[in-house]
Amino acid sequence: MARAHSPRRLWLTTIAAWTVALIIFFPVLWMILTSFKTEASAVAMPPEFLGADWTLENYVEVWGRSDYPRFFWNSVVIAVGSTLLGLLIAIPAAWSMAFVPGKRTKDLLMWMLSTKMMPAVAVMVPIYLLFLQFGLLDTRIGLVLVLMLMNLPIIIWMLYTYFKEIPGEILEAARMDGASLWNEIVYVLTPMAIPGIASTMLLNIILAWNEAFWTITLTTTKAAPLSAFIASFSAPQGLFYAKLSAASAMAIMPILILGWFSQKQLVRGLTFGAVK
Amino acid sequence: MTTTLRALLGATAIVAFAGTAMAETTITVATVNNGDMVRMQGLMDDFNAKHPDIKVEWVTLEENVLRQNVTTDIATGGGQYDVITIGTYEVPIWGKQGWLASLNDLPAEYDVDDLLPAIRGGLTVDGNLYASPFYGESSMVMYRKDLMEAAGLTMPDAPTWADIEKAAAAMTNKEAEIYGVCLRGKAGWGENMAFLTAMSNSFGARWFDEAWNPQFDSPEWKATLEFYLNLMNNYGPPGASNNGFNENLTLFNQGKCGMWIDATVAASFVTGKDSTVADKVGFALAPDNGLGKRGNWLWAWSLAIPASSQKQDAAKTFINWATNKDYLALVASKEGWANVPPGTRSSLYANEEYAKVPFAKMTIDSINSADPNAPTVQPVPYVGVQFVAIPEFQGLGTTVGEIFSAALAGQKTADEALAEAQAAVTDEMTATGYIK
Repeated sequence: MARAHSPRRLWLTTIAAWTVALIIFFPVLWMILTSFKTEASAVAMPPEFLGADWTLENYVEVWGRSDYPRFFWNSVVIAVGSTLLGLLIAIPAAWSMAFVPGKRTKDLLMWMLSTKMMPAVAVMVPIYLLFLQFGLLDTRIGLVLVLMLMNLPIIIWMLYTYFKEIPGEILEAARMDGASLWNEIVYVLTPMAIPGIASTMLLNIILAWNEAFWTITLTTTKAAPLSAFIASFSAPQGLFYAKLSAASAMAIMPILILGWFSQKQLVRGLTFGAVK
Repeated sequence: MTTTLRALLGATAIVAFAGTAMAETTITVATVNNGDMVRMQGLMDDFNAKHPDIKVEWVTLEENVLRQNVTTDIATGGGQYDVITIGTYEVPIWGKQGWLASLNDLPAEYDVDDLLPAIRGGLTVDGNLYASPFYGESSMVMYRKDLMEAAGLTMPDAPTWADIEKAAAAMTNKEAEIYGVCLRGKAGWGENMAFLTAMSNSFGARWFDEAWNPQFDSPEWKATLEFYLNLMNNYGPPGASNNGFNENLTLFNQGKCGMWIDATVAASFVTGKDSTVADKVGFALAPDNGLGKRGNWLWAWSLAIPASSQKQDAAKTFINWATNKDYLALVASKEGWANVPPGTRSSLYANEEYAKVPFAKMTIDSINSADPNAPTVQPVPYVGVQFVAIPEFQGLGTTVGEIFSAALAGQKTADEALAEAQAAVTDEMTATGYIK
């Protein structure tokens, strides 16, 4: 305890933490700075910082050339929709795996996780054909389904880990008091697991928001989210870094703000069960 | 009463018929993000007024993403796109595969014979026009007239590579951060390899002989690469192996390049409002070595209809509007002649107003001096000036581009780079069955 409070150690760990945080955040910071530069300033060598030409022109042009609100709304619907649908399936699944595990539950969990190891492009053609067959191409419901399926293993795993920490006796007590399975999950388990469910939800909204393979491949005009919005600012003559940075900043800003305000829940969810 | 009733019924029938005839067809146009395409989107009022029955929706994507999405869509018969923007590289490949609808039956007002022969040739497969050019470009020399004058030199309209080297040496002043020549060095099949492949044509080199054997071990390629490396190492800007179109454009506009050999489309940028040297720029044809081929490329962004589109008639109506002579006049009337999409039609270059644009003549001369069907001094089995129109070229071009970019960065010699390129391309061509 005494070592943990030593000022020297505190300073060192603080500096180390800030250094690591800055290194991780630097690309985002540089992107935001670049979005306020002219194109010439954005590619200047050596890189310009204080002496750069600052401008808001990139944002004006990006806003003027694209229907940002439509892309934004599609992103919201797809990210939130796929997460809610995923939770609807994952909560009962994680409950059964955590409280009434079978002989093969662990194998099942591992198998589910292994589907995440497959590169998405490997199933592109079958999924595209299925979407074509069912009229799901360029629809928000199609993207909600595919992103839900992509993230479902993570949602189940996170909830499973969380549910495992809840004493089974509490659920047993509810059962003895005559609670049905539905009531047990809805009125006993879910309220106790709200912090875990919230962090799972937040993480999956972020994952779905940032997904760029399926959202670009399976959409054209109506359901295209912000990932497609960013892609539209890459030009054949090369990358116009300032405009691309402005488009990227506009695309990530909502999720960055959401992440900022919910960082407590996120950290709690991600580190849950790590230290016992 | 009966007459009134009949009149009402008749009117209703006419309205119903008109309603059916005016039923809106929505077409999806997939495009890349470039100035001319963005300008077209701003002029859609004209199309909407002329064709109120056709609604156009736009999808703008990055070039490679567009290629991947359209390929998937065509291969699976998805019909997601009705009009696509396509480069000269894909047209011969996709046309042969039967992935594109023929545009031979566009209306007479389209005037297919007005298309520039070189551009039309690159978009035609077995006599079928598979794409309609929206804008075309070649490459040329853009140079600083003031620096040339100060050095006591005059740039010929059709310089040789020796002229370029001499001018580069005379204009270089590294202390003042002025470099004689800026060329592409960034790795990529559409970056340094577009330049180097076109340059190699003027040195008598070629990617493959008629039996698809790679030719990087030839003396012609050695001469090409050594000349390029010497030129860039002695007179080029520092860090040139990272420079692509945009980086060189910035350097030139800042007054740091004596010469820049790149796309003709850059002419409007170096003489535009963002350039500090706008009134000091001269133009010349891409250099040669007296072998009959110049080091310029040929490219066109064109509009095509995927064979999977269910709305081909409406798509053809749109293509006819977007690429015929009236569209050029429309752009000129709204945005001025300098902003008209260049490089597609002979009539544009016969127009007296357009002839006043400073780079118009050199652009058309550059385009006319490229021949995608006979790009090299020696015979080759492929089509394409700065690319080889086979599906494998993107990968091959990028691999070789990385090797040559590393040579420019000083990580390997010209001989090592060429040997490595020869080995890599031979492996791939053997694996894909071109070399038996």
